[in-house]
Amino acid sequence: MAETKAKKGVKARASAGSGAPGAKKVAVTKGAGRARRGADLFARYDVSHELALALLREMLLYRRFEEKAEEAYAIGKIGGFCHLHIGQEGSAAGCIKALRDDDYVISAYREHTQALAKGVPPRAVMAELYGRAAGCSGGKGGSMHLFDASAHFMGGHGIVAGQVPLATGIGWAIRYREEDRVVICFMGDAAVNQGGFHEALNMAAVWELPVIYVVENNHYGMGTAFHRVSLTDMVEKASPYGIPASRVSGQDVMATYAHFRELIAEVRGGGGPRFVDLETYRFRGHSMSDPVAGTYRSREEVEEHVRHEDPITILRDRLFDAGALDQEGLEAMDREVRERVDDAADFADAAPAPGPGALYEHVWAQPNPHGRLFFDGREEAP
Amino acid sequence: MAVMTYREALNQALAEEMSRDGDVFLMGEEVAEYDGAYKVSKGLLDRFGAKRVVDSPISELGFTGLCVGAAMAGLRPIVEFMTFNFAFLAIDQVINSAAKLLYMSNGQFPIPIVFRGPTGAALQLSAQHSQACETYYAHAPGMKVVTPATPADAKGLLKAAIRDDDPVAFMEGELLYNLKGEVPDDDDFVIPLGVADVKREGADVSIITHGKMVHVALRAAGKLEEDGVDAEVLDLRTLRPLDVDAILASVRKTNRAVYVEEGWGYLGVGAQIVATIQEEAFDDLDAPVLRVTQADVPMPYARELERLAKPTAGRVVDACSKVLYR
Repeated sequence: MAETKAKKGVKARASAGSGAPGAKKVAVTKGAGRARRGADLFARYDVSHELALALLREMLLYRRFEEKAEEAYAIGKIGGFCHLHIGQEGSAAGCIKALRDDDYVISAYREHTQALAKGVPPRAVMAELYGRAAGCSGGKGGSMHLFDASAHFMGGHGIVAGQVPLATGIGWAIRYREEDRVVICFMGDAAVNQGGFHEALNMAAVWELPVIYVVENNHYGMGTAFHRVSLTDMVEKASPYGIPASRVSGQDVMATYAHFRELIAEVRGGGGPRFVDLETYRFRGHSMSDPVAGTYRSREEVEEHVRHEDPITILRDRLFDAGALDQEGLEAMDREVRERVDDAADFADAAPAPGPGALYEHVWAQPNPHGRLFFDGREEAP
Repeated sequence: MAVMTYREALNQALAEEMSRDGDVFLMGEEVAEYDGAYKVSKGLLDRFGAKRVVDSPISELGFTGLCVGAAMAGLRPIVEFMTFNFAFLAIDQVINSAAKLLYMSNGQFPIPIVFRGPTGAALQLSAQHSQACETYYAHAPGMKVVTPATPADAKGLLKAAIRDDDPVAFMEGELLYNLKGEVPDDDDFVIPLGVADVKREGADVSIITHGKMVHVALRAAGKLEEDGVDAEVLDLRTLRPLDVDAILASVRKTNRAVYVEEGWGYLGVGAQIVATIQEEAFDDLDAPVLRVTQADVPMPYARELERLAKPTAGRVVDACSKVLYR
């Protein structure tokens, strides 16, 4: 949870200028939340063994879910674009599990596990990926557009930074109704170069809206390393607007959880918006059509992160060290989540596709009694 | 009935709907302390307070998206664009968010929002401030588009737009704000979307149009009358939903039609209307349907050139004469 660090931009600029073409190594991030082992960590973050076990179970669920999605994609059961969250599970668990049920989460298109974390049932998420009527968006949204109003999961948005003004508006509605709810708005690192990001953060600051803007900073916007497209450091991006910013390692779910517990309380108490540079790393390609390593990052870089920066193994080792978990317990936990994921996949596989009648449903909420709304050669919706 | 300006009619509609529903709020540039760039929101800040009449920064994309997000959370925002020329900055949030969220979420997130402001040319404002933007919005499923031409229509249709559960682009005319007309006093004077209005009955040719061009069409009809031609003027009032029945009824009566629109003709509103007429009333036509549109150029500044670029009553008369083979 480092405060804004000046000068880093200069360093980034220098390295961008001197970098060899093609793959460039991104250093394993160090700093807050990087102490890997130590019995005192549970006390330091005020995270009980029970809570840590619950977070581990969640992250395992996300990992197995995404692996299943990967498998289903490979055999053509899932189509379109599919952006996996493998490696970044600590952000979904650590940020979202610190929220109340009636708080809001909105995200971009790498959001399967965030939907799960917010309480969208695995069956409903998997069925959506499979394009089934029982999916959380009725099979009309797919991987990038998961929605669940009852879980206050507000999507699933496919235009980079498009969700940032929307999140600000949800915060506006909270303020308008004088509620004490909070919005977490996830985005990738590339989103901070969009105009909508800056416009929205400015308004959130001016109007003191209850929104936590979280950059899941995996260091690459698709294949473009962040330092190639920004001279300033990520944690400085909200400073022009006077929004307090912090940095936390998303690979350390306990640190992330503890940090968000604190931020959420501040924001809920009327403290206005917050900005978080949540450092993480994507273990898979940008999407399913993108190789894990290649032109923009080396296999060695990925392997180093997988070896040292896996949020699941980091937490597992701590629980092992603390004597709160053993190999047998871990295996039991893994079996349990695999069963849930298999159940979700079986459900999705057996679930029917949306019927043809669904094609024209929900284009408009209020089909007016007069006039024609559709112009594709037929009179009206069937 | 009371006589008032188009601007006052819009102001009344806003005030009445804000009184009626506490979830309705107005946000835009200069809408509060300045009383609105065109004074449409005059007095609303005093009446409803800064929570509901909100001056935004000049951040069209940002505040439009903010209002769409507020609608996702159940409020009923009204976004004022100082003009629709500036709304190009925001069109991602209108088309990619507002128009699609209901569908993408399988009905979970209706977006009851109104995007309003003037569209079309005023006088000598040149290219970036003089364009009719209806087509961009009407093109997308999920959107509704309203283009009132008179004070009464402005009031009744704005109230309907605010009460509607879908995103509505409510496109006013800068040169119409001072137009006076009779407006019903009734607080519940609502004109349903999707109902066209015959502004002038006629038997010989149908001049079909929307928005500010209704007045150009009426002037043309007056000139045609002097020549013994009895023209009908049909004001569509809303472009989506579109009152196709009214279009077909008029064409079946007169067998000849001219579409007048302020914007560019290529892929414009008239292109759709002509397509609809030829698909559904081909046998009723005694002549090809013609269109009178803006010249296919960015709007020039010089008065003389601007006049050449805009649809005029004279050009409408010429088009009517052609379809009448006179």
